Amino acid sequence: MPRQCSETCLELLALELVRAYGRQSRVPPAAAVDAIGFRTGRQLAERYTANRARLGEPLEVIKFVCKEFWMEVFRKQVDNLRTNHRGTFVLKDNTFRWLAKLSVDPAPPAGAAATRAVASVAELARDYLVLPCALVRGALAHLGVNAAVTAEAAVPPACEFTVTIKPR
Amino acid sequence: METINAEIFTLTYGSMVRQLIADLEDISAVNKQLDEMGYNIGIRLIDEFLAKSKTGKCGDFRETVDRVAKVGFRMFLNTTAAVTNWNAEGTECSLILEDNPLTDFVELPEGCQNLVYCNVLCGVIRGALEQVSINTECSFVRDVLRGSDVSELRLKLLSLNKEEYPFKDDD
Repeated sequence: MPRQCSETCLELLALELVRAYGRQSRVPPAAAVDAIGFRTGRQLAERYTANRARLGEPLEVIKFVCKEFWMEVFRKQVDNLRTNHRGTFVLKDNTFRWLAKLSVDPAPPAGAAATRAVASVAELARDYLVLPCALVRGALAHLGVNAAVTAEAAVPPACEFTVTIKPR
Repeated sequence: METINAEIFTLTYGSMVRQLIADLEDISAVNKQLDEMGYNIGIRLIDEFLAKSKTGKCGDFRETVDRVAKVGFRMFLNTTAAVTNWNAEGTECSLILEDNPLTDFVELPEGCQNLVYCNVLCGVIRGALEQVSINTECSFVRDVLRGSDVSELRLKLLSLNKEEYPFKDDD
């Protein structure tokens, strides 16, 4: 069994990464966090696929990411996968683990204020989704699928990842 | 405690160090940044430690360091550290890390020989202890990645903040 460590370590590292890069101005924060995740995603995919047959079609690669990669990194499988059959895939995770503990200051009850509070958790989530998007993009790239990955969490912790395969 | 495969954490950390080297272009600035990030992690990590470790109050600094080495390292990194080399006053000691998951897969390239790759740990310990009113200084004095046979963290007690009881009613 591979070596284990506490999940908190990764959580706090991801949190601090966003904070530290958000504060300095030399490099665009999202670009740096993206680069970090992309490298890690590639390395993880390499390790997870070392002892198996090569994955061929993009669909096969996406399925691998939805099941095994997601399981390893995000501790569960993707709940729903949709595609338009023209290179766009939508991966829906109903309880995305990395957003589970995200919260903003408690909002006053009911009315317009409550709606605003939810919107701001979604906004907060945007910063914290850069890293997971980059991990997924890195894994796909390692498996030969060149794609753009974006994520939207309208109602966290539910989250939708959109993978758009780039034409060769 | 929820656990994950350590390689996800280890590789993310490694990738982050690489990025910091590329962005800051100066190894000593990277060391400083790692320590600062560790500090920020430490001040949050202590909450988790206190909530989940089910340990009581420490009597003195010796006991505190033992708790860090045996319970803290076990809980978060699934390893332990040995505590040695106490000074006579009991204010300074060394933590020896024989098995450190952070250094899995790591080799320092040419030009990075001054990098204190695991400096984040110093910050974490300093930050966590500061939250329980213990001011310390922490630094690596030996490092396996730079050719030593073990990694050694030197931990020095600076001061204990007094907690004043009872708190005033209007605080």
